[in-house]
Amino acid sequence: MSSFVDGNALGGVLSEVFAVDLTGARGRCADCGHVAPIGETRVYDRAAGSVARCSGCDAVLVRVVVAPGRIFLDMHGLSFLEIPLENSL
Amino acid sequence: MGRLTWQVATVAAITEETPSASTLVLDVAGWSSHLAGQHVDVRLTAPDGYSAQRSYSIASAPTAGSVEITVQRVPDGEVSGYLAGIARPGDQIEIRGPIGGYFVWPPPHGDGGAPVLLVAGGSGIVPLMAMVRARADRTPFRLIYSVRGPGDAIYAPELSRRVRDDRGLDVAYAYTRAAPDGWHGTIGRLDAGRLAADGWPADFRPNVYVCGPTGFVEKVADLLVAAGHEADRIRTERFGPTGGKA
Amino acid sequence: MPVISRGFTGRTRRDVELPPGQYLTEDFPVLSAGPTPRIDRDRWEFAVITDAGKRHQWTWSQLLALPSEQVTVDLHCVTKWSKLGTQWRGVALDTLLEDVESAADYAYVHAYGGYTTNLPLADLLDGQAWVAYEYDDEPLDAEHGGPARLLVPHLYLWKSAKWVRSIELTHDDQPGFWETAGYHNYGDPWQEQRYWGD
Repeated sequence: MSSFVDGNALGGVLSEVFAVDLTGARGRCADCGHVAPIGETRVYDRAAGSVARCSGCDAVLVRVVVAPGRIFLDMHGLSFLEIPLENSL
Repeated sequence: MGRLTWQVATVAAITEETPSASTLVLDVAGWSSHLAGQHVDVRLTAPDGYSAQRSYSIASAPTAGSVEITVQRVPDGEVSGYLAGIARPGDQIEIRGPIGGYFVWPPPHGDGGAPVLLVAGGSGIVPLMAMVRARADRTPFRLIYSVRGPGDAIYAPELSRRVRDDRGLDVAYAYTRAAPDGWHGTIGRLDAGRLAADGWPADFRPNVYVCGPTGFVEKVADLLVAAGHEADRIRTERFGPTGGKA
Repeated sequence: MPVISRGFTGRTRRDVELPPGQYLTEDFPVLSAGPTPRIDRDRWEFAVITDAGKRHQWTWSQLLALPSEQVTVDLHCVTKWSKLGTQWRGVALDTLLEDVESAADYAYVHAYGGYTTNLPLADLLDGQAWVAYEYDDEPLDAEHGGPARLLVPHLYLWKSAKWVRSIELTHDDQPGFWETAGYHNYGDPWQEQRYWGD
């Protein structure tokens, strides 16, 4: 069984891109509609990049590839991301 | 908050917690604060340019200018082996953080005053210990700490002291392989019975934090939901199978 | 400029010729973008589908009945580890494509579990690629891609799709899983073609 961690593991790289924390933001899986905080997604980070999968259906939600001086971010597996506006951080 | 970047951290002190886990106090210029439950990413670079990166939960309560991480040495771990084996005061590493807004206490939205249930598997105790250390108030806390044996329990003396001196903190240990002398309880993995006996009833609607290896977290979260706890009041942080974050 | 941590050595480059930016490893890291597929050899199939829609397929026993080769190759993963002198047994794509008629220039590779990758058809021919089912004289472990994986050692290892299921021959180049996520479309380790835009 390939082991996974969770969306908290994406917090670091996403924090270099976004000014707000996204691990607490809820995302909707574009495949099955399951809504959950990014912190609860199944993250496979022992790969060429990090892949966050839906904890409901395993569909790919987010892919992150870190290259020198830049980050490639694909979030098309999420049909939305709900980001709270008043951020405690 | 703004975007984070890698910063230089200098090792100020190292304390051995168990034979395989050590706490590093890191001086970071400009480190102002963090929330209990957050983590930092650590990056090490070798002279030939090779670099490796891992995440470690912050163990300390917020203190300006410094942050503590507790590192469990993982078999063949190239980063944990360095941090909890070779690093000395004065050495420099790079860190990025504080990271995380989901697995934090108090929770960013919702009921910060509710009782808190912390369930730790192995080195999953670290972010939960930050919560215990940051508590400083009357919120009732119950911690259930699952370890292989008494020698694996990190922070045991401090937890005993806090149970004695802090008010409203209860700590229960679950031993999966070996128990201390005089132990009358069972030996084995956490089950529904232990969670019910040492946790909060579901109708107390506690904020629950479960941290540890992926398999442990999944099992405990399932048991808590089956016992009636609301899924969105259960926050989880899964480490890799060995107990270290990647 | 990253800070060097005193006493951290990590992996070292030895006195061997490695592609730029690579480090030698003695172990065999397992990298995966998702759960490990578990495929029964009784239900396993490998197919080549031509641009005309013609399907050539092999069951497990049919694959094993084909002439196979034992090859020793170097592996270069884009995550910077290289493992030299790895031994595999597999069926050459030259053998599998022998009776396949196609005017297509590209190959789009599908794996059990949904992973995909792409490469020019020419890179699968002339002794450059295999469907490999044994590693180090043992049946290929599921976590390393078993029952069978594609093996194309002259490109970065992400092109050597684990759990290979089918290869579609196409007229147009269709980028696969990592190629659409920011990795290089071709992936030559000797030219350090890691990322899109390199």
